[in-house]
Amino acid sequence: MLKFEHVTKRYNETGDVLRDVTFHLQRGEIAFLTGHSGAGKSTLLKLIAVIERSTRGQIILDGQSLNHVKESQIPYLRRKMGFIFQDYKLLQDRTVFDNVALPLVIAGYGHQEIARRVRASLDKVGLLGKERKYPLALSGGEQQRVGIARAVVNKPQLIIADEPTGNLDPELSSEIMTLFENFQQVGVTVLIASHDLFLIKKLNHRVLTLDHGQLVAS
Amino acid sequence: MKQTKSTKHKPQTKQDGRKNTSSGGDFSSKVEAYRDQHAHALFSSLGRMVASPFASIVTIVVLAITISLAGGFYMLVVNLQQLTGSLEDSNQISLFLKEDVSDAYANKFADSIKDNANVQSVKVISKEQGLAEFETYSGFGSAINALEVNPLPIVIQVLPKDTLEDEQGLVALFDDLKRSPEVDLAQMDMQWVKRLQSIVAIAKRGTTLLGLMLAIAVIFVTGNTIRLEVHNRRDEIVIAKLVGATNSFIQRPFLYSGFWIGLVSGVMAWFIVTIMMLILKQSVETLSALYQDAFKMLFFSYGETFILLGISCLLAVLGSCAVLQFQLRYTKLN
Repeated sequence: MLKFEHVTKRYNETGDVLRDVTFHLQRGEIAFLTGHSGAGKSTLLKLIAVIERSTRGQIILDGQSLNHVKESQIPYLRRKMGFIFQDYKLLQDRTVFDNVALPLVIAGYGHQEIARRVRASLDKVGLLGKERKYPLALSGGEQQRVGIARAVVNKPQLIIADEPTGNLDPELSSEIMTLFENFQQVGVTVLIASHDLFLIKKLNHRVLTLDHGQLVAS
Repeated sequence: MKQTKSTKHKPQTKQDGRKNTSSGGDFSSKVEAYRDQHAHALFSSLGRMVASPFASIVTIVVLAITISLAGGFYMLVVNLQQLTGSLEDSNQISLFLKEDVSDAYANKFADSIKDNANVQSVKVISKEQGLAEFETYSGFGSAINALEVNPLPIVIQVLPKDTLEDEQGLVALFDDLKRSPEVDLAQMDMQWVKRLQSIVAIAKRGTTLLGLMLAIAVIFVTGNTIRLEVHNRRDEIVIAKLVGATNSFIQRPFLYSGFWIGLVSGVMAWFIVTIMMLILKQSVETLSALYQDAFKMLFFSYGETFILLGISCLLAVLGSCAVLQFQLRYTKLN
């Protein structure tokens, strides 16, 4: 599903942030990406989202090389992935429904299809009754679940989560993790960047550890 | 997922693959969704403008004044032009006769002019008629009454034949009449019509240049407003980009914002110019009365209104478009 082959990312200012990273995530696999601050976790995620491009090496998503994706094709590529952020990145002036519907509106679905899928997605994260609420009226855990609903509403093959539990207490964190495991069970690949070592140990999934830009364990 | 007709017949191309991955439903529901997207962008941008009126009102007032300047000058030229237009065929020659010429002699002289093959008609205005006209139209009636004798000369108005269109023939006739011993002063209306026409030509060219400058101003002012709006909604743009929005999807509401700004400014400019003209109308009509109602004030026609609004919208959208091309390319996601 997602393949890194000898990937190096160099910034002119800071030098190599990722060095010769190689790993392969199978379809339906769940993996943690961990490491100290500045180890290159965020950069690795940015390469997958094609926010940045690798300096050397190949990244292959679902059989498609990301190295030579044209600028105009990037939006269509991102629709195959779902992104989840530490700060949720919700639109505060839109309702929960509208936030979750955004990827579908962008992809050009008709409104009936949008309504059906948004409800299904909110149902999965247990927020079906809160469609009309605004994000600020929700708790942190609920806001993150809105973020997750938005990430999965387009039925992506790959979910990328950047510190999804960074702002949540342990109980909410394990709830969120259970959600990820549910998606994994229906064949979605999940990559979670996190430095919550306690959580990672407890869940016993594959762990990719970065240290100064190099993959030291996978 | 159903395939569209076009993908069935054409070999599978990148584009088709893209469509398959990007959206669901059949062709008609795609069209419907596309229409929905536009309608949503159209009304949400209007809604946003109404929701925070102060931000847009400053821009709209500035634009309305800018557009009304151009529109006002345009109307000035249009009105001047119709003035010279109505005078165009007045190649009339006025002969002011010497003071000692009697009415009877003036009539005889007029008859002799009428015999000229190039003359269409002749009208004699006696001293008394002249005085009466002068009293009616000049407003100096009482001043004239104070004079003991009528100071006005007999005037013969000569209208040359239409066939005498070329200037040389007209000048020859004019010179011929001017040489007559009875004539004190000969005047050809054509001359000042020509002068007026060349003044109008300058005004027209000046208005075109001014219009171009103001058009550029409209583009820049709208562009700047949209730039600020893009800046204010940066978070939203970043999120939309991350969930797979194309640049054209992100641009759409901003382009519609530009459209609304242009439209509302255009409407406001129309009112500014029209109200100003209504204020001037009475003085203009009074002036026109002095010239035997030669002039009727022209307002924006339906066509001109349509063009005015069209140009305002077009310029505003152009300004937004230019800024968006630049801004979205440099909106970094991190």
